[in-house]
Amino acid sequence: MELFTNQVLAGIATGAIYACMALAVVMIYQAIDHLNFAQGEMAMFSTFISWQLMQWGIPYWGAFVITLVFSFIGGIAIERILFKPLAKAPVLTNVAGFIALFAIINSSAGLIWDFTIKQYPTPFGSAPFLGSQLISTHQAGMIGVTVLLLLGLYFFFQYTRIGLAMRAAASVPESARLVGINTSWMIALGWGMASAIGSIAGMLIAPVVFLEPNMMGGVLIYGFAAAVLGGLTSPFGGVVGGFLVGIFENLAGTYIPGVGNELKLPIALALIISVLVVKPAGLFGRHIVKRV
Amino acid sequence: MSAAEEVVAEGHQAVEAVPKRAMTLGTGTSLVVLAALVIAPVFVKNFIIFQMTMLLIYGLAVLALNILTGGSGQFSLGQSAFYAVGAYTTAVLMEHFNINYALTLPIAGVVCFGFGFLFGQPALRLSGVYLALATFALATAMPQLLKLNFLEHWTGGVQGLVVTKPDAPFGLPMSQDMWLYYFTLVVTIAIYIFSVNLLRSRSGRAFMAIRDNEIPASAMGVNVALYKTLAFGVSAAITGIAGSLGAIAVQFVAPDSYTITLAISLFLGMVVGGVGWLPGSFVGAAFIIFVPNIAEGISKGLSGAVFGVLLFLVIYLVPHGARQVAIAGKSES
Repeated sequence: MELFTNQVLAGIATGAIYACMALAVVMIYQAIDHLNFAQGEMAMFSTFISWQLMQWGIPYWGAFVITLVFSFIGGIAIERILFKPLAKAPVLTNVAGFIALFAIINSSAGLIWDFTIKQYPTPFGSAPFLGSQLISTHQAGMIGVTVLLLLGLYFFFQYTRIGLAMRAAASVPESARLVGINTSWMIALGWGMASAIGSIAGMLIAPVVFLEPNMMGGVLIYGFAAAVLGGLTSPFGGVVGGFLVGIFENLAGTYIPGVGNELKLPIALALIISVLVVKPAGLFGRHIVKRV
Repeated sequence: MSAAEEVVAEGHQAVEAVPKRAMTLGTGTSLVVLAALVIAPVFVKNFIIFQMTMLLIYGLAVLALNILTGGSGQFSLGQSAFYAVGAYTTAVLMEHFNINYALTLPIAGVVCFGFGFLFGQPALRLSGVYLALATFALATAMPQLLKLNFLEHWTGGVQGLVVTKPDAPFGLPMSQDMWLYYFTLVVTIAIYIFSVNLLRSRSGRAFMAIRDNEIPASAMGVNVALYKTLAFGVSAAITGIAGSLGAIAVQFVAPDSYTITLAISLFLGMVVGGVGWLPGSFVGAAFIIFVPNIAEGISKGLSGAVFGVLLFLVIYLVPHGARQVAIAGKSES
């Protein structure tokens, strides 16, 4: 039983990261209707920036805030320069654009900071949390930050004018334009926010997986899976999906014989597909009604 | 879920509607290309012949994806899995059962057809990004499945299998590479003609009706479930044959040759060639074979970045891929 509780708690802790990633994925999906395959690489690049700032002697939280601002502006810049011209192009062309962005960021990070694995500090320490052996303070911190982030986003979208404008621009762009919302900039803003959220996920997971240009590969896949499981139209669903995927991944690795680390991912994905077959819009997604 | 929350999607489809006449080349152009493909190997070195063989093979794999996506409007990131199944079928049959390499191709095709048809069943419920995720899962699982212990006797586990390259038959004075090139060329032409005719047939029209709009298609009496799974099956079969040829050409199969990277390359090939334009598949194949080499030549450390920039250039200049160039050329002349 203790093993079970342990695995569930560890699952919740990694799930917090997937939840952050899923949140970033859902944000961009809401804004532009595409999955951003380069999300993980953007987060990785931001994390490297914060690492570099700390190397230059800036304290953790200072570097954290500067990185957030950098990621926000970077996300907007990528949208304005690279993806705005593609807005009218076919969907699959956009996906190819994301893959190109992925290759560019990954290879540039490799050139600037090379491919050696780097230690990344945690602001929460790694002592046992509240004297319990089950979960470390860093894991508790990750869960706490994710919950705070989710609450913050909820209030932003529900109670601010700009949050309302972003929701309007995402759901009915034509009508939103008619009431005077600059939908084009709302999309850019969505990119900026998604990029900033992604960078938080990157900085939180870097102490666990260590810092290197390919660190986000696995995380992003789980993040996508989480977002799809929860329903791509629901930020809340994405977060729940993240925690579920984290827990399931850990339990499958522990209890199903012969699974081990190698087959963890396929099994997690198989589970998600079985869920999707029953609920095609995800657990919390809106049902899309098609008009002929 | 309240009714007010439901979203009505109008005129929003993932794949553009390409009329079937716009899917192929004219007779004249086809004959010129064919003549060039037949004559070329005489003048070049063996390594270049090998690369041309790979171009045809990847072209076939991209063509298969094109039938699935450009034809029936379904999206797949799992083509590498079908490619792997085809390659392993051939390798196992050749090395364990001593079956002639040419005979393994149809067997691989049938095996992959079944595999794709079965995979198409759960995929029926999914569309768009959800289908992308499901096929993606297949692609990530495949290398792991091939490494499983109880299959190791057949698949050779992580080490993979070595495949013998066939000699030219009837004592023809040809190098192995050149023979394999002509063999691949014949298979490619056969499959290409089959694909063109398939898309022109009743089934092809059913695929396209489903791609353009599923609900009216079913109202017209198209069995949507059957044709969607059929498209998956046909696509998988062609990819599998490409995989078999690939295994013979490379003389080696190993689980890690068939990762998600291969599926992504094939997808890029389709986009660069133009979704729904069959001849573009071979243009796309040339892109995914040669551009990474060019990128490496420009800068070793930044090869990924150079590749990304080149890809961006292509999709900015021709967002509809090589098809756009071909159509522009046609309307000018």
